[in-house]
Amino acid sequence: MKALILVGGFGTRLRPLTLTLPKPLVEFCNKPMILHQIEGLVKAGVTDIVLAVNYRPEIMVDLLKNYEEKYKVKITFSVETEPLGTAGPLALAKEILAKDKSPFFVLNSDIICEFPFEQLRDFHGAHKNEGTIVVTKVNEPSKYGVIVNRRDSTLIERFVEKPAEFVSNKINAGIYIFTPDILDRIELKPTSIEKEIFPKMATDSQLHAFDLEGFWMDVGQPKDFLTGTVLYLSNLSKKQPQLLANSTIDNYVCGGNVLVDPTAKIGKDCRIGPNVTIGPNVIIGNGVRLQRCVILEGVRVKDFAWVKNSIIGWHSTLGRWTRLEGVSVLGDDVAVNDEIYVNGGCILPHKCIATNITEPQIIM
Amino acid sequence: MVFKAIILVGGPSRGTRFRPLSLDVPKPLFPVAGHPIIWHHLEALSKVEELQEVLLVGFYEDKVLERFIEDSSRDFPQINIRYLREYQSLGTAGGLYHFRDEIQRGNPEQVFVLNADVACSLPLNEMIKFHNTHRGLCTILGTKVNREEANKFGCLVAKPDSREVYHYVEKPESFVSDLISCGIYLFDCAIFNEMKKAMYNKTNQVDQDQFQELDAKLRLEQDILRTLADARKLYVYETKDLWMQIKTAGSAVPANALYLAQYQKNNKDRLLKNEPDGPEIVGCVYKHPSAIIDPSAKIGPNVTIGNRVIIGKGVRIKDSIILDNAEIKNNGCILNSIIGWDSKVGHWTRVEGTPTSNHATSITQNGIKIQSIAILAKGVSVKDEIIIRNCIVLPHKELKTSCHNEILMFVFHFYSF
Repeated sequence: MKALILVGGFGTRLRPLTLTLPKPLVEFCNKPMILHQIEGLVKAGVTDIVLAVNYRPEIMVDLLKNYEEKYKVKITFSVETEPLGTAGPLALAKEILAKDKSPFFVLNSDIICEFPFEQLRDFHGAHKNEGTIVVTKVNEPSKYGVIVNRRDSTLIERFVEKPAEFVSNKINAGIYIFTPDILDRIELKPTSIEKEIFPKMATDSQLHAFDLEGFWMDVGQPKDFLTGTVLYLSNLSKKQPQLLANSTIDNYVCGGNVLVDPTAKIGKDCRIGPNVTIGPNVIIGNGVRLQRCVILEGVRVKDFAWVKNSIIGWHSTLGRWTRLEGVSVLGDDVAVNDEIYVNGGCILPHKCIATNITEPQIIM
Repeated sequence: MVFKAIILVGGPSRGTRFRPLSLDVPKPLFPVAGHPIIWHHLEALSKVEELQEVLLVGFYEDKVLERFIEDSSRDFPQINIRYLREYQSLGTAGGLYHFRDEIQRGNPEQVFVLNADVACSLPLNEMIKFHNTHRGLCTILGTKVNREEANKFGCLVAKPDSREVYHYVEKPESFVSDLISCGIYLFDCAIFNEMKKAMYNKTNQVDQDQFQELDAKLRLEQDILRTLADARKLYVYETKDLWMQIKTAGSAVPANALYLAQYQKNNKDRLLKNEPDGPEIVGCVYKHPSAIIDPSAKIGPNVTIGNRVIIGKGVRIKDSIILDNAEIKNNGCILNSIIGWDSKVGHWTRVEGTPTSNHATSITQNGIKIQSIAILAKGVSVKDEIIIRNCIVLPHKELKTSCHNEILMFVFHFYSF
């Protein structure tokens, strides 16, 4: 089987992290975003993965070569010379996607969920039509485009953009499976799959909806990245609690959902959690309080610091008695001096912060 | 030569800008560097030879100052300390005039008059030396301040060499001089004759002008010093040392730093030193012997820690006053703040003010004036892990969520009868 991952551009919404690493390589719960997807795809029998990108960073090429060997999968970059929207990249990668009759997966690279690729493959194989969209339920459908099914059927009847009155609570989760026949509908030009292709497929009775179980989040921006982390860790605590720090062994754990890389070191009298991820080679000092935050590789958090609702970029240093909150995001190698307060600071790589940031702002 | 000294302590209706701290202790008795504001005046006065007596003049009830007088009589056994109570506010000079007989009893030749609300090194012996070199009735202690801030004070214009003051104006609208009055004076006793004249002029003036409100208050600055300057009987002794006025509650923090720097210069043994197994001490820190500080804490510079205070593990305190019986729990961080008596600050909680210049205790943010020093009044309790920034918290309030740039007024139990 084959898959196409829509990576797209530079990931500007996730800056300042994406100033250092391309978005697919930013670690989500201690694993590069794209690896969550690759692992799921490989498990469902995918052997060919196309990354639809509009730039090709060398760092990504090198890293994905390693994955090719490790996961026995062929990874190809399909580079757009102009942005082709969400459908155009399928036409561009036609050679690979149409090389055999087997269906292929398409997914947005910003999505985090329990990828149900195997069930999706089986569901799609059972209905034998052109496409299946994974749908997820949301609380406030009026913010999204919703999907209305035909009565008593998985077939999609229509799409409604930002409905004023309730018609459905199901939205497109950004994960699809198609038979190669869909490629006849797509030309090599900028095209939106959601607006230009799907409505026609629905009219032709070729498009089904597949209900996603469990959590789902588009983690393309910092606030949602943190929310996605909470959802992922909560799910992990139910499905694979052995991967999380155990409060009966590690007395620093507070409220659970704490994921700590085995190479990280944690000082005494800390209180960590709920909803914290700590990356490789991180050093946490004494008396540190962390909650609802992401600490990336090589970060040093000095004694008595307090961090909440924040993402701390690689190799950054937080001084003693620092306090970070309000969705602060630190880029690579940021230093925050002792006793500094940062509220909603978005701090670009290699900066040193020596005065308080009391209101949300970008530090260039 | 025999001296007396008067400390003008004011009364409960004054010093409202010192709230919320003056809700629990009268401003002159608020502790900076471990001692009441006017204790530092007494300490400076105790170095004046042949000082007979210190009279506190004000309109507080007697019992308010009783305990302080008892304690400081023990600290300074060589000086006799008494309180003279005005039954109504008579003005800064009115009080002196009212008690003129009491003051002149024992025939002192010269009298110091000290406003309570100043913090400075008080070079009194230098003032005496200078006073005896000129023919004026009064030596005023002066200091230079920034041009922009000068109009908040009494401004002096003096002859450069003789230091004779020929112009005195209180809080002018436009710039007059950057030399200002420190509110510390040395008078010849003949000043009481001048006061008598001024009093007479004032009552006459009132009689002549039916529409002017009758004002029996005689003000030292406007009514006496101006006249002295006009008569060329006023001289200024300029100090280069730090000086500041203690007006708002927040100004107690820089005043604290000022007196701690004085200790550093003259009484180093009063300050904490770094010990091998003790907390990390930075700069000037004063701690009452009964206070307990965990060795993992870092304290200073410019911190005073009061009686029976408990400072937990990993606590950071800088530029702050921690009043008696307060407790700062583990990993707390206190910066530019005053933590009131019996207050409790939770684990990982941060109480923070914003540093400002010497003579300002508020800052302007987005066009709104906000308090720069964070103040918790008496018996405030602050929950774990929150931040209280640039806030004033009135007594006995319980804080459960973070607050920025606010005055927190209401007591929690108002709502639960």
